[in-house]
Amino acid sequence: MIKPERITTTTCPYCGVGCTLQLHVKDDFIYKVTSPFDSPVNHGNLCVKGRFGYDFIYHPKRVTAPLVRRYLLEGKPKPEGREQVFAVSKDGKSIEHSNISNDWDWVETDWDTALNVTADNLVKIYQRDGADAMAVYCCAKATNEDNYLLQKIFRALFRTNNVDHCTRLCHAGSVVALQQALGTSAMSNTASQVMLNDVFIVTGSNTGENHPIIALQMKEAVRKNGAKLIVIDPRRIDLVDFAELWLPLKPGTNVPVFSAMAHVIVNENLVNTDFIAKRTEGFNEYIESLEKFTPEYAEEISGVPAEDIRKAARLYAQANNAAIYWGMGISQLSHGTASALGLVNLALLTGHIGRDGTGLNPLRGQNNVQGASDMGAMPFFFPGYQRVDNEEHAMNWETLWNIPAGGLSRKLGLTTTEILSHAHEGGVRALYIMGENPMMSEPNLNETRRHMGQLEFLVSQDIFINESGAFADVFLPATPFAEKDGTFSNTDRRVQRVRTAQPPRGQSRPDWEILCDLALRIESKLGVDSSKWDYSNPEEILREMASLNKDYAGITYERIDKVGLIYPVPDENHPGTPTLFQDSFPRGRGKFISLDYVHVMEEPDDEYPFILTTGRVLEHWHGGTMTRNSALDEAYPEARAEMHPADADMHGITDGMPVRVSSRRGEVVLRATVTEKTTVGVVFIPFHFAEAAANLLTNDALDPQAKIPEFKACAVQVFPARESDLPNPEAMLERGRY
Amino acid sequence: MAETLTLTIDGKETTAEQGKTLLDVAREVGADVPTICYHDATTANGLCRMCVVEVEGSRVLQPACVVQAGAGMKVHTRSDKVVRSRKTILEMLDSTMDLSEADEIQTMMKDYDADPNRFPDAERRQSEVKDDNPMYVRDYSKCLLCWRCVQVCADDAQYTYAINFEGRGYETQIGTFFDKSIPETTCVLCGQCVGVCPTGALKPKREYLLEQGMSPNEISVLNTGRKRRREK
Repeated sequence: MIKPERITTTTCPYCGVGCTLQLHVKDDFIYKVTSPFDSPVNHGNLCVKGRFGYDFIYHPKRVTAPLVRRYLLEGKPKPEGREQVFAVSKDGKSIEHSNISNDWDWVETDWDTALNVTADNLVKIYQRDGADAMAVYCCAKATNEDNYLLQKIFRALFRTNNVDHCTRLCHAGSVVALQQALGTSAMSNTASQVMLNDVFIVTGSNTGENHPIIALQMKEAVRKNGAKLIVIDPRRIDLVDFAELWLPLKPGTNVPVFSAMAHVIVNENLVNTDFIAKRTEGFNEYIESLEKFTPEYAEEISGVPAEDIRKAARLYAQANNAAIYWGMGISQLSHGTASALGLVNLALLTGHIGRDGTGLNPLRGQNNVQGASDMGAMPFFFPGYQRVDNEEHAMNWETLWNIPAGGLSRKLGLTTTEILSHAHEGGVRALYIMGENPMMSEPNLNETRRHMGQLEFLVSQDIFINESGAFADVFLPATPFAEKDGTFSNTDRRVQRVRTAQPPRGQSRPDWEILCDLALRIESKLGVDSSKWDYSNPEEILREMASLNKDYAGITYERIDKVGLIYPVPDENHPGTPTLFQDSFPRGRGKFISLDYVHVMEEPDDEYPFILTTGRVLEHWHGGTMTRNSALDEAYPEARAEMHPADADMHGITDGMPVRVSSRRGEVVLRATVTEKTTVGVVFIPFHFAEAAANLLTNDALDPQAKIPEFKACAVQVFPARESDLPNPEAMLERGRY
Repeated sequence: MAETLTLTIDGKETTAEQGKTLLDVAREVGADVPTICYHDATTANGLCRMCVVEVEGSRVLQPACVVQAGAGMKVHTRSDKVVRSRKTILEMLDSTMDLSEADEIQTMMKDYDADPNRFPDAERRQSEVKDDNPMYVRDYSKCLLCWRCVQVCADDAQYTYAINFEGRGYETQIGTFFDKSIPETTCVLCGQCVGVCPTGALKPKREYLLEQGMSPNEISVLNTGRKRRREK
């Protein structure tokens, strides 16, 4: 029996639940993960990713030496276009590629060389083309400290607000909606408060697969507390087995369904008049807009029976404590903001917000997307959601970062998808990517590839060469969560410790150290005064950020040593704030916002008769950089397209048969899973598999306010294909839980 | 405020909230009552009977983890009868299954002077190690049927119901429906079962492979190629 040399307590790097992990280490090898049963977040429960999915740390393909393309090292001009290269040249020998010039080879080098090449090229482009040419993707998986530093580099040194991260592709719609109506951008309550709900709505979230530990609490609330669950989702997710009501709406018809629920609540006098009078504004204009949203109107558009809409509305409105939990099905639409506002209106009508056991709860996906957003990794905000075009805020950050007055840009920057579409001569020339994979997660990947190819200089700071890093000019090997210190902020707004369990492998370095080293070199080349990069530990970085972001003011590593604190924590004696808005909203009163029904951008037609909706599966994570390099891939080795039996029968498609799914933008070949988990007319494909990338099909139509793409609805056609068309025909998904 | 009642534990009077078990109360007063199948995160079932205590006037020993404290009870947590009972249970367990990795039970055996050779002709449970999924292995020669794994897979945590008892009497074993391999069941590989197993019968695969002598490098390479292949 093995005895551990040490057991390090840290926070899971996968999803926004933020479970507490205990890593058992011997000889710098994590051989087991457990979780304390008294953890307030997960009570000892973990999912397959948290408990077993850390092994990507040791995968042979992990890159632990800095890499630079041969053309750069040898001082040659950049070859035409941009070639994806995944393999690394050893000992200076060229890798044989079919038709790729050896100038594109990855060559191992030392940190000085790699960082100098990086700084040289970034500074060159900045001094030639200015701030608009610079852009950065921060990382919702990296720590708060890493993200704060990276946005500081690009704002303070390159004076640009072209700073963004993958939340743009995720909850941007929800965040903009919450900002507009309430002035906030996070869950209002905590996930564990589901135990206090007597009614709760889960919509656009396959919680059982994407926030498994929150789903466990939801199931417990139903089975042990008698809570009533309403699921509003186009797919028959496993939570439907626990639901009182399932409203299977057509993808993209959220606004009519939520507005019809509001219509019922108003017309049947189920509104909370006291709450509306004291805590809201705009009610009278709003109810006029509800007139046309009868349940029958919503049924016609969405396919949900009118009577079920009425039942759902009554159940929610008449509950003592009701909450709404939502996910990507709400936000990832070209009207994602309106979609989320539909939910906000329901909470304001009924007063189910501002008390324990209620709330508006967008379930944040990544382990630190809440934190990355809080750290200002966004084009419109400094840390703490302080607008970049607000003079007072800009001046405060200028003082903190030692920049001359007026130095920081007051111009709103570009979002992730916009950064790519501006990658051309005269637009964005340099892109720095920390721990993201736009070549798997952006919509319309053929276009994304074209844009990536037009960048002049691309840096990837990551742990593997993924589909995006394979395009880069410089690869800087960073450390995963188990080899660095810092903090993550989970979806509950709980700030928790991340701890080093083993030393960095090879020559990899913690992200914050790489960034400080890089920043000093950039400053030296620019010849400017220092903005401070000589931190002795990550806590100093957090404290610097907290000096201007009052939500984090009372958070110290000592205070969160055993249990994380839920921000806002305004001072060092404050215990944290699980339930928000008990007295008022950040903007004062909550605002009712009238909505209209807007079609999805690409409806099905004769040529492309199915609606494609995309999403995730339990065993994998997003672009697959981690999970496809883990034993998790063995558990779920191939992409599958889900079709309803009625659709499959009509097209002669059987379970396991290869099919070609095509849209106006691209096509993929993968096996079909015939299942009633999806609804008639809807095809579901997870987006994790590079060999059958769902985002080749998706539509890059953006929500005008949030700039989030419409991942959840586009039009596709499905035809049977041949075994020989499959990218990996021998892979086999065993069928137990499917 | 729950009602309280008074009872005596090992000669000392104490008050307890109504509804608490004898185990709860014993812990509150610092009396050491050993448990094997009991776990804070699972429903108590009184299976292993290690937690038995003597309650004056009761015909049989009472399993403290399920028996509720009663007003006026006189409880002895370590009387001779209790010690003999616990010792025998440990000796029976040790003669039947492989407890070499159950640290807490090994400590109990020393504490109760259990004689590992008391039942020399006992039939030992044998089971080959089941290695049928990428995440954890099952070695039921170490399983003492504490039921924790079944419970956390069911209503105590996961609501997945992938494993349960199979067989009867002495032949009882933990298994899957129709003996299907784990990936063919509803198992979501969450490992809650691994997290509560007291004997190492359920173990993460990486830990198991290390114990078998594979090096960390070899184990890491294993992930890269071993996928279940479709038959041509």
